[in-house]
Amino acid sequence: MDIKDIIKPENFVYGKSKVLTDTVMHYCPGCSHGVVHKILAEVIEEMGIQDKTIGISPVGCAVFAYKYIDIDWQQAAHGRAPALATATKRLYPDKYVVAYQGDGDLASIGTAEIMHACNRGENIVVIFINNAIYGMTGGQMAPTTLLGMKTATTPYGRRADLNGYPLKITELIAQLEGTCYVTRQSVQNPGSVRKAKKAIRKAFENSALKKGTSFVEIVSTCNSNWKMTPVKANKWMEENMFPFYPLGDIKDR
Amino acid sequence: MAFKGAIVVDIEKCKGCSVCVANCPTQTIALAKKVNSKGYPYCYMENPDNCTGCGNCATVCPDSVITVYRVKI
Ligand SMILES: Cc1ncc(C[n+]2csc(CCOP(=O)(O)OP(=O)(O)O)c2C)c(N)n1
Ligand code: SF4
Ligand code: SF4
Ligand code: SF4
Ligand SMILES: [Mg+2]
Repeated sequence: MDIKDIIKPENFVYGKSKVLTDTVMHYCPGCSHGVVHKILAEVIEEMGIQDKTIGISPVGCAVFAYKYIDIDWQQAAHGRAPALATATKRLYPDKYVVAYQGDGDLASIGTAEIMHACNRGENIVVIFINNAIYGMTGGQMAPTTLLGMKTATTPYGRRADLNGYPLKITELIAQLEGTCYVTRQSVQNPGSVRKAKKAIRKAFENSALKKGTSFVEIVSTCNSNWKMTPVKANKWMEENMFPFYPLGDIKDR
Repeated sequence: MAFKGAIVVDIEKCKGCSVCVANCPTQTIALAKKVNSKGYPYCYMENPDNCTGCGNCATVCPDSVITVYRVKI
């Protein structure tokens, strides 16, 4: 069969979400942020809530998320997305509010904000991109950096005696009464992308049911600062990140 | 039931990351020897006859540049 006979509107099965803008993302080739943006846009499109969703973008590589996903946005100071999300949700209780944060943003400078927003059980969705590094600023150690992992500030590898232990903040958040759904996902292959999308969808549905805070961690790559090709970074993540940050639901009620 | 597929790549927006290539179960796609205007080698169907239209490549593409078509045969 000729390719021309296949590439016809009636044979369309999958393409770019209408909730994504045409702006080319500034992310490095192969960056997990792009995949997560895509599935977030798809969930918003499929739920028909484009004009009912307000995103809060972080400080970090995802600072420009507002250019790529065609919803209303605010951009928070570093780590303060949960505070801004709280205010936004309380002012507009009928909207869906989603805070999108990196691990430096959420688990370091913004630890207080995320803990208290989750403990208050704000009816928001939090998407937490854990790439174990400060991506935007050139690859410094994050609280989530694995032991032994080389970064710009741990050139010989992270040491527990000097740098402390990697922080499983998602497990801590699951302890808080205010959270209803806490899960850890990834986006490196088609199966994991579909699972992560389902998790994000569930988080949005929980919001409508006023069940409390839904928290979706995506174990991610930062191939540029890990100094690997995108494909190698995905493999490294599977081999090194998943044993320490195991995938799956941590809390669902 | 068998399927025959084909993809269209938005060449100018492809960043040549190769994540799609690694996730194609039928070795349909590869990175071109040529580059786009940004200097990235772009994804193309090297073996178009292999494509089943499974959509794996488009699902993992961080830049959403692949559109998938499929017919039953
Ligand atoms: C108050 C303040 N402190 C520090 C910075 C510098 N800074 C910008 S992004 C960033 C870390 C981002 O890392 P992460 O949240 O993990 O996001 P990623 O880029 O990895 O997605 C830091 C420390 C800042 N912009 N503002
Ligand atoms: S620096 Fe890392 S997190 Fe930032 S866009 Fe590049 S790969 Fe992604
Ligand atoms: S995954 Fe997307 S951006 Fe990367 S090479 Fe394939 S088509 Fe290009
Ligand atoms: S649709 Fe499936 S078979 Fe066709 S190129 Fe993409 S991954 Fe390969
Ligand atoms: Mg990070």
